[in-house]
Amino acid sequence: MAKKNESLGKTLFVVIALCLVCAIIVAGSAVGLKPLQQKNAALDMQRNVLDAAGLLTPETDVIAVFEERVETRLFNLNTLEEVDSVDGKNPTEYDPIASAKKAGLGTKLEKSNDLAGIGSREDVAKVYFINDKQGELETVVVYIRGYGLWGTMYGLMAVAPDMNTVKGINYYEHTETPGLGGEIQNPNWTASWEGKEIYENDSVALEVTKNVTDKDHQVDALSGATLTSNGVENTMKFWFSENAYGPLFDKIRKGELN
Amino acid sequence: MASAKEVKEVLFGPIFANNPIALQILGICSALAVTSKMENTLVMCIALTFVTAFSNLFISIIRNHIPSSVRIIVQMTIIASLVIVVDQVLRAYAYSIAKELSVFVGLIITNCIVMGRAEAYAMKSTPGLSFLDGIGNGLGYSVVLLTVGFIRELFGSGSLFGYQIMQLASEGGWYQPIGLLVLPPSAFFIIGGFIWVLRTFRTEQVEPKD
Repeated sequence: MAKKNESLGKTLFVVIALCLVCAIIVAGSAVGLKPLQQKNAALDMQRNVLDAAGLLTPETDVIAVFEERVETRLFNLNTLEEVDSVDGKNPTEYDPIASAKKAGLGTKLEKSNDLAGIGSREDVAKVYFINDKQGELETVVVYIRGYGLWGTMYGLMAVAPDMNTVKGINYYEHTETPGLGGEIQNPNWTASWEGKEIYENDSVALEVTKNVTDKDHQVDALSGATLTSNGVENTMKFWFSENAYGPLFDKIRKGELN
Repeated sequence: MASAKEVKEVLFGPIFANNPIALQILGICSALAVTSKMENTLVMCIALTFVTAFSNLFISIIRNHIPSSVRIIVQMTIIASLVIVVDQVLRAYAYSIAKELSVFVGLIITNCIVMGRAEAYAMKSTPGLSFLDGIGNGLGYSVVLLTVGFIRELFGSGSLFGYQIMQLASEGGWYQPIGLLVLPPSAFFIIGGFIWVLRTFRTEQVEPKD
């Protein structure tokens, strides 16, 4: 018996049979559970959006709120035109972050413009418009991201309809040091962003700084996380400038969208 | 079928008498990484117990047909497949936990306990006993991890399973959390303490002096 096991034929048979069985099991579970996983991922992102807008409590029915009050729309950041779909994907399915790196869907950034250190920016932005219960525009939520100390920090920023006042910020994915840079997720810190103004005299004035002198535009930096704080500030400087959301925000502010 | 006594020893022996972490010092990598919150710790324990039990079972079933020249690869293939299945299931049913654990669930593949039991036990024993051995070792791992997780979450964050037990000073309460406990190295101290306590009561586990 032992000897028979060691023959080349048997070894090959066992290995191939095992690989086939394992491949079927793995593939089966991956394919079978995919719909559920995608639903979870989408739901997680919706939860992040509501969290940024300050609408998330443990009782919130995320799906219902999204259906009733949130409009997901796509805008080309270069032409400022609204688009219905990108590359065959509707606004709900469209993933701006993945698109940034794809040819034809994203643009490589010049070093001098790439404050946030993200390499390339998507051409079409995904913007969430959240209405209040009466149907009036209450909050606009946009994606932001930028390089921190260890890696890219992905977040969402909620802005009031004046396209200037910050309503909330939510970093949903990052690799900063827990307890130091990781505090960008600390609710106490994110709460300190509320009410800050992004622009002053048409340029981005929002800053993250150690000595807050201008309460309207400056946010207290995280102690022990200077590079992360700088990364957050650069993220703001990039995304709200004319290189990213600036012109779109102008248009929304003037009410030229409907 | 094995006698009841043997079953009991296989199943409960690894919890204190032959604990994989405390006595064999296997698999402490994940014990450091995932124990800052009880919830994550519990899911990790269930995942590891599941993988150890079923990899033991499957390896034991085909043990007489595994050519010894490729046995490690065969074991790895089975373990890796199970780990992928666990990861997929977690992503489908416990998404927020899966997001935090994903890297460590993947690392179960290289967890020494799983490999160690497959090689040392399942290759020589019947499927039933191997399965129980997997569960037993999973439980042994879980006892240590849950102890570490309990201490780390309670004294590091003042909460258990996410429920605030002790109000933190930073949120207006009285408790000043021990920052060290939030960081992975603190698990070294707690596991060390666990082994010390265990060996105080079970002196046969103390290694002889050289």
